[in-house]
Amino acid sequence: MHKTILVAVLLAGALFPVMLPASPTASGIGQSPTAAQITNWNVDVSASGAGLPAGQGAVAQGQLLYAARCAACHGASGAGGPMDRLVGGAGSLTAAKPVKTVGSYWPHATTLFDYIRRAMPFDSPGTLTNDQVYALTAYLLYLNGIVSENAVMNARTLPSVVMPNRENFTEEDPRPDAP
Amino acid sequence: MANRRRFLSVALAAGSTLAAGELARAAADGGDDRPNALGAPLSPYGSPSPFERSVVRVATTLTPTKFSSWDFTPLQDLHGTITPNGLFFERNHGGVPEIDPAEHRLLVHGLVDNPAIFTMDDLRRYPPVSAIHFVECSGNGLTEWSKPTGKTVQLTHGLLSCAEWTGVSVSTLLRDVGVKSGAAWVLAEGADAPLMDRSIPLEKMMDDAIIAYAQNGEALRPEQGYPLRLILPGFEGNMNVKWLRRLKVGSAPFYTREETAKYTDLLANGQARMFTFVMEAKSVITQPSGGMQIHARGERAISGLAWSGRGAIRRVEVSTDGGNRWSAAQLQEPILSKALTRFVFPWKWSGEEAVLQSRCYDETGYVQPTLAQLVRVRGVNSVYHLNAIQSWHVASDGTVTNVHA
Repeated sequence: MHKTILVAVLLAGALFPVMLPASPTASGIGQSPTAAQITNWNVDVSASGAGLPAGQGAVAQGQLLYAARCAACHGASGAGGPMDRLVGGAGSLTAAKPVKTVGSYWPHATTLFDYIRRAMPFDSPGTLTNDQVYALTAYLLYLNGIVSENAVMNARTLPSVVMPNRENFTEEDPRPDAP
Repeated sequence: MANRRRFLSVALAAGSTLAAGELARAAADGGDDRPNALGAPLSPYGSPSPFERSVVRVATTLTPTKFSSWDFTPLQDLHGTITPNGLFFERNHGGVPEIDPAEHRLLVHGLVDNPAIFTMDDLRRYPPVSAIHFVECSGNGLTEWSKPTGKTVQLTHGLLSCAEWTGVSVSTLLRDVGVKSGAAWVLAEGADAPLMDRSIPLEKMMDDAIIAYAQNGEALRPEQGYPLRLILPGFEGNMNVKWLRRLKVGSAPFYTREETAKYTDLLANGQARMFTFVMEAKSVITQPSGGMQIHARGERAISGLAWSGRGAIRRVEVSTDGGNRWSAAQLQEPILSKALTRFVFPWKWSGEEAVLQSRCYDETGYVQPTLAQLVRVRGVNSVYHLNAIQSWHVASDGTVTNVHA
């Protein structure tokens, strides 16, 4: 009897990996992702620059790309229309009608790379190469007067760009509104 | 019977040639006010009555495209606290993707012991949880900061809906993969065209967050994130990431475009509040409300909705004189945490001008502010998180309009 159970257990143990793929979780639900599955989706870029890919792009390349892929929605020089204005607005945040652009408002340059890569162009996202995204990032930073016209953006230079409005964000508790 | 006999004898005597149908109707004792024919047959999926065709979502006119835009729930036409799935407000940033649930995957990785990828079938193996919660876009009321703009409560408050959500507790999932020390934030990312993403405090994820696959008992609607969305009870709508495909655990916020360039609250001094997640206590009268016409004097119950991202509503007060005198409204059960609560207030309209307002108190003691109080600390360019008291003016002719009072 004991022998039968032992054989059954051993047999089940041998068959188990075949029947159910190994699960990484405590419950046994779910599977281990492949390296490719993680790489394909792990596209986020942090403010530290973590996640920025290899490659680079310069302002001049960005200017050509911008005219071809971006200007129809964001205006010839990034002044907007019909979609968001991307350029200008410096000093307007305390005005009656603030102009919030990449230059006047965005706190992190890395966000620009992340957002263009994940979401732009609006009707065909995911169709730009990393070099093209770097180039567009460089051009938009240049149009806002944040980098020089000779600037080249890459995983090393982009995180060191200091955005003009960086220090004007606060994480204060919004509760003091309570009357 | 006597009448019928008399009618028949009269008809026969007159040699009348009554049509058979007419004869049958005339001969019936049931009267005219009843159906005399069969109704519609069974249908595989029910729809609202054709008489309710005006009860629909209405889109904003403020966006240049319908593929990154929003539409409003018709709060003035709804009852109770649950929003029908077809009327739940929409907000998307790159259209509504069509996702085959058999192909959909959720990846959980980053600062976890064991990265894992889940199919929809996998997720349904976990014990399901169900909870009723509102979702409110933090841009709800963004047109109302400087002057009354929306003509109806649909346009002033309709980026608000409430449903019963069913899915897996995020805490169950994260415990199952094991969260590493140093973890503090989680990036949630959708499978929509712009891969919309937000950073969420780990504390919130381990508290009451749900990865939902069902809404009011059926699978999520495509525009609500089918097949999978994040529900963060009480947090601004944008963070309740739809078409959820990835959770990445990290040590710091990811500073995505949606939490920096958008969904930050610009103050009058040029500073901007970031990570203002909680939708603070708010209420609004939905009956009567802007665009309606009161036709008769006398009894007319006032009714509305109250909610708080901090917990349960404790008290709602109604004023009919623009905020001079306040009286407690009755709260309808159920009164649930981070869910819409219906209030009612008996009222007799005298035929004179009135300004109707409601204000609520939540379980933390927070009182819904006036617009003036809010503007004092926020200015008028915050865009997001307007939770001020709403005023409806009732003119002597019964016309109800949106006013600042």
